[in-house]
Amino acid sequence: MFFELGARERGGEKFADIILQRCVSYFRNLHLTALLEKRGYTVVNPYKVTQLCGNKLLTTLALTKAKIPTPKTYVAFTKESALEALDKMGYPAMLKPVVGSWGRLIIPLKDRETAGAVLEEREYMFPLYQVYYLQEMVKRPPRDIRVFVIGDEAVTGIYRYSFLDIKTNIARGGKAEPCRITPELQELSLKAAEAVGSGILGVDMMETDEGIVVHEINHTIEFQATATVTKVNIPKYIVGYLLRKARK
Amino acid sequence: MKVKCPECGAEFDAPDDVIVGEIVSCPDCGLELEVSSIQSGKVDVKIVRISGEDWGE
Repeated sequence: MFFELGARERGGEKFADIILQRCVSYFRNLHLTALLEKRGYTVVNPYKVTQLCGNKLLTTLALTKAKIPTPKTYVAFTKESALEALDKMGYPAMLKPVVGSWGRLIIPLKDRETAGAVLEEREYMFPLYQVYYLQEMVKRPPRDIRVFVIGDEAVTGIYRYSFLDIKTNIARGGKAEPCRITPELQELSLKAAEAVGSGILGVDMMETDEGIVVHEINHTIEFQATATVTKVNIPKYIVGYLLRKARK
Repeated sequence: MKVKCPECGAEFDAPDDVIVGEIVSCPDCGLELEVSSIQSGKVDVKIVRISGEDWGE
């Protein structure tokens, strides 16, 4: 199968009323969604939502614009300015690639020496890894919270516990436990989902002494562990949302 | 339909109604293989990719 860019839909009927994007590869997901939207299809999640959520810098900008609490974050474009930002923020701190998944290349920087060495390595990598997204290491329990927001409904939530290191990704050995959605979690997750354009989303949050902060929003949710521990039928909610949207 | 495992060279039968994209397992080495094309009774397979650099979230 291939696509001719700029070609008009050739007479044929549309093959779908709505499309659920489930491609696990971020870049293919994003570009295929763009193609399908250009051809007039409604895709869930839409291009603009996936683009925002797939990029930590753009997500943080959208969240802060909506006045949603996030961890303190600095962005720098050179090794020297990144070290300056880290001096201001203090160690330990997190270095995260703006685009990345399953915790890849997320590094806790323990001190200035480590930071210098890691940043030097980054200079030999693809230019995207030289956009330095630096974040305070939030004092939190060894877990974070993911709330699944589908449309305007927070359908379920999990705690994700990490054992090996700081990463709570289930794909990296993290474990899920059910998390009751308190009014605070509900309000914050719905607001965060709205800030990036709404859809089928996983809002990641951390518990800090100053309250809950949102650090990431996931656009192509994986829910095997969640469906198992919460017994919530997530696919049913997804299909319900798609049907409501398709009928509009 | 005959399939040849690209890893261990074993030959085995895929179901007659096999379709492109389907996953079959080699009975000899256990490797999972994705059907990449079916042409005049010949089934071509490739090793299933289980992770890519931009996979996941």
